[in-house]
Amino acid sequence: MAEHPGTVARAGWAVRSWWLITGMWVRSTMAYRASFAISLAANTLITFLDFAVLLLMFSHTRQLAGWTLAETGFLYGTSSVALGAANVLVGSVGGLGERVRSGSLDTMLIRPAPALAQLAAERFSLRRLGRLVQAFAVLGWSLTALDVHWSWDRVLMVPVLLLCGTVIFCALFVGCSCVQFWWGDAAELQNAVTYGGATVLQYPPTVFARELVAGTVFGVPLAFVNWLPALHVLGRSDPLGLPVAFRFASPLAAALCVLAAGLAWRAGLRAYRSTGS
Amino acid sequence: MAVIEVEDVRRSFTVRTRDGRWRREKREVRAVDGLTFAVEEGECVGYIGPNGAGKSTTVKMLTGILVPSGGRLRVAGVDPAARRAELARRIGVVFGQRTTLWWDLPLRDSYELARRIYRIPDARYRANLDRCVELLGLGELLDTPVRQLSLGQRMRGDLAAALLHDPSVLYLDEPTIGLDTVSKAKVRGFLRETNRERRTTVLLTTHDLTDIEQLCGRVMVIDHGRLVLDGPLERLHEIGGSERTLVVDLAEPHPPIDLPGVRVVRTEGPRQWLAFPARQSAAPIVAAVAERHPLVDLSVREPAIEDVIARIYAGSAAVPAP
Repeated sequence: MAEHPGTVARAGWAVRSWWLITGMWVRSTMAYRASFAISLAANTLITFLDFAVLLLMFSHTRQLAGWTLAETGFLYGTSSVALGAANVLVGSVGGLGERVRSGSLDTMLIRPAPALAQLAAERFSLRRLGRLVQAFAVLGWSLTALDVHWSWDRVLMVPVLLLCGTVIFCALFVGCSCVQFWWGDAAELQNAVTYGGATVLQYPPTVFARELVAGTVFGVPLAFVNWLPALHVLGRSDPLGLPVAFRFASPLAAALCVLAAGLAWRAGLRAYRSTGS
Repeated sequence: MAVIEVEDVRRSFTVRTRDGRWRREKREVRAVDGLTFAVEEGECVGYIGPNGAGKSTTVKMLTGILVPSGGRLRVAGVDPAARRAELARRIGVVFGQRTTLWWDLPLRDSYELARRIYRIPDARYRANLDRCVELLGLGELLDTPVRQLSLGQRMRGDLAAALLHDPSVLYLDEPTIGLDTVSKAKVRGFLRETNRERRTTVLLTTHDLTDIEQLCGRVMVIDHGRLVLDGPLERLHEIGGSERTLVVDLAEPHPPIDLPGVRVVRTEGPRQWLAFPARQSAAPIVAAVAERHPLVDLSVREPAIEDVIARIYAGSAAVPAP
């Protein structure tokens, strides 16, 4: 590595480190094949049951707060893909508090790989892909069932939405986990924002109170994961009556989230390095 | 050239103690309080002190894990805290009680990961691995999952992992803790060899004085965050006035044995505790005792580091660290 490697080189090295360590964990879990098979099966079953709840609801009604099953399926699919992908990539950062408490973060800090990449790859398990498979299945089905005119901008919007949504959830995982640098037992905050947030996004925004929806636009920017861009894809009106620009603002929101999470991580690491035991 | 330079380094922690139901009192604890020393390339230094003396705080600052509150630090010409990731490629760290090996994977896999993470060129990696395998007797263990290794085998595996990238400085924290005699000897032999052949600078913290006797030409003693002694091992014994103890079980109870240079500190039935200066060999004393009294059993106890330090510390006002 050069004396002062550029941002691109650093990011590339972080990804490569993540990939290497993830590979080690995958092979580690393969040491217990039966246990892996059982947990993969259980995980897949649970995620499919999760969607069955939605189907059950629509067996009693044709619309949910004005949204059809296909439209709700689109929200469910996009939210789950974004969360699932983020969970695969950085879901392990939730274990930060434990590492801070036991001091085992030290062993990550003495290796030349970025500590965040090491932490994100920690205890990686392939069974996390189960959620992602189910999410893509639901999304794929909804895309065929939706009754929209697929103009090029709508088609293009879908992958952009998934990418930005994943980035936003990644940033939320990391940013909220950083709280554990100071309060080691605050893992629930990150769980509430990410898993809780994804569950909220699986339902039409019109189901919820306006205040909550406004909170996901101007507070924790969850609405940029799928609600706002979905309005454009599905050709629906905004329940909050926001300017149309908000529907296209997800990349900007994602960038801001990454910036905030990066700052939080740095501040946390600095605080850790000046305390310790 | 000094590989490690420490100049008036200080490190304090804010400790919050609960005072009553709600009030919390902040207290500042100085873990390291004005530390100054330099370690030359190729030196092997024993860094000792009682628990809580500031040993691990020092090592954490030297690895860049902790930022010092004051003073100046350089390791391999680099400020550790500011350039931690860069420094990581030039140092090796072994925590005796915390393995960095991959529990469920064959030992070899951990080394392969190190090769990639440290970006070790292939030829160098192979040469270093071959050397470690030979000197540490890892040949048959390479394809064994780490969880199936004994403590001694795992420690040898950890040592190899810390040295594959040719670090210029090696930090060892209790590398022989809990090991049996054979494993201890292997680990020490390997460290001596590495220090001599590779000119690897070694900083060793331990509670086992034998580690230091066999490996280190120099000892630094820290207590309450300050160096109370820095010099050759003999000075530790001189200043500490430390004694070893020969415990003999005689065939039958006997009044205290009278030998020149030996002091009977305790008797209990046929068992007697004979203290003698640590620098002196036990062999002539054993011979002298055996000549006069039939011996059933005997053992030699090394001076406990805590005792030596307690004595040094008690007299440290008179003997300032150089």
